[in-house]
Amino acid sequence: MYEIIWHGRGGQGVVVAAQMLAEAAYLQEFKGVTSAPTFGPERRGAPLTASTRIAQEPIRIFSQIEEADIAVVLDESLFKVADIFSRLRKGGLLIINTQAHLEKWKERGEYRIAVVDAAGIALKHHLSMEGAPIVNTPMLGAFARASGLVSLENIEKALSHKLTKEQAARNFTTVKAAYEETTVREKKD
Amino acid sequence: MSNVQIMTGNQAAAIGAKLSNVQVVAAYPITPQSQLAEIISQYIEGGELKAEYVRVEGEHSALTVCISASTVGARVFTATSANGLLYMHEQLHWAAGSRLPIVMCCVNRGVGAPWTIFNDQQDSISQRDTGWIQIYCRNNQEILDTIIQAYRIAEEVYAPVMVCYDGFVLSHTMMPVDIPDPEKARDFLPPYQAHTILSPEDPRTLNPVLFPNRRANSAGVLCDGYMEMRYKLQAALERSPAVIEETSRRFAEVFGRDHGGLSWGYRREDAELVMTGMGSVASEAMQAADILREEGIKAGVVGIRVFRPFPAKHLKEAFRGVKGIVIFEKGISYGYEGALCSDLKAAFYGSEHQVPVHSYIAGLGGRDVKARELADAARASWQEMQSGIAEKPTTWLNCYTG
Repeated sequence: MYEIIWHGRGGQGVVVAAQMLAEAAYLQEFKGVTSAPTFGPERRGAPLTASTRIAQEPIRIFSQIEEADIAVVLDESLFKVADIFSRLRKGGLLIINTQAHLEKWKERGEYRIAVVDAAGIALKHHLSMEGAPIVNTPMLGAFARASGLVSLENIEKALSHKLTKEQAARNFTTVKAAYEETTVREKKD
Repeated sequence: MSNVQIMTGNQAAAIGAKLSNVQVVAAYPITPQSQLAEIISQYIEGGELKAEYVRVEGEHSALTVCISASTVGARVFTATSANGLLYMHEQLHWAAGSRLPIVMCCVNRGVGAPWTIFNDQQDSISQRDTGWIQIYCRNNQEILDTIIQAYRIAEEVYAPVMVCYDGFVLSHTMMPVDIPDPEKARDFLPPYQAHTILSPEDPRTLNPVLFPNRRANSAGVLCDGYMEMRYKLQAALERSPAVIEETSRRFAEVFGRDHGGLSWGYRREDAELVMTGMGSVASEAMQAADILREEGIKAGVVGIRVFRPFPAKHLKEAFRGVKGIVIFEKGISYGYEGALCSDLKAAFYGSEHQVPVHSYIAGLGGRDVKARELADAARASWQEMQSGIAEKPTTWLNCYTG
């Protein structure tokens, strides 16, 4: 089973990203998928998480994830306010939306790290909502690239289930771009 | 052909109600049930479901609308949580006493005070004695399927059914759900034919004040007194386990999914230590059983689906031969112990099978309960049982009881 935690801020679409990943993974023939928001009230701008579980067999556990295999960070400023590393297992994969180079995480050799400028990609493709770049869908592209768990094709299908044809096409452009531009550094032994 | 979609428990419940072709819905939104009420109102507004949605000012009225509509022969649906369910309390008794086949979802949530919006099962547990059948679901597929089953059960035994599922844990968690074919669902659950319909052409006085004894009516016919009518409700519930099992079997034949009638088992065959509970915590216990099996403890799970009528006879069989039982409950009968624990222990009264039972109260007000923690608790109990501690005070799991 793969356990994934999405870190973002209220309004960035972490819950939708977690759902889309579950959809894409199911299309990828994982029989067990679940996605859940942080239970309880949500506030725009406040740090929050959502989660996805992916497994070969139907999932029977619904408790919260303790240590994820993969953490996806939609907003780099969260490193200052949330303890992202404490909920990621040693050796796990960390995928970050950032303008910074991988070099910035050289102290974190115990993790596999992937970076992509999802916000930059969204702005370049005019994908924004209320003036803010939409980063959740490009991060699905980064996820596909860094994890290898889901294909771009299945992400496209998952998008088309949730969005209009035109929206899905535009979002998918950023998914593809993020897939291309994601850079990955393996963990150091 | 399967039609699998990834959805929340609330979505699954809404689809279950739609496939049951309910005709009248009255519900008042409350977290974590709200999404269910919203989706059904969309179905009705969009014409996908030919039903009337009656907007009400509170849960007492929601159930009253259902009681009235059911009395005139409609198939009705409502849903609520926590304090909303408690606000219905008077009408819960009325619906059961009137022998109306109402189906309601209780999206389980802890009750105030202090306020919580999060999951436990104190809400439905505390409505145990209202005469409703209570079924607890362990995943979203089971929620959808159980609602369809619930109408068949309710309409056969003339008792209302509460389909309970854990708030947030299931109501807000998405997972794959196979949506039954609408025609197959209609074959399985034909339109409701009420045995008595109140109508202007056939006016009746229903539920008048009854005197303590049986009494002749104006036509000289000796009629039931209050006790006879109440006895018939009890007799109907005592008869219902067979109907529930048969409905479950029939559903499995038609749709290929068997969620268990009164209970279900996991690695039960050779299990010596059996964990039990209702709803999602019982599902989580399956992983705990796997953890304990890897350590060499022969562990298994019996998940209890039906809490009322309490299937004592069936459960005695389900636990046959086990050497220890560990119960996890998301509710308590304050001043004593978990309600399920009392009932289960009583089921073994007077039988030759005297088995140690340890009881844990877990996950109140949404406190997370992990498989690892269930395994730790069950392991500790197993060691105590083997050293001869058959009984011990109820343990509050993950709780600072200082």
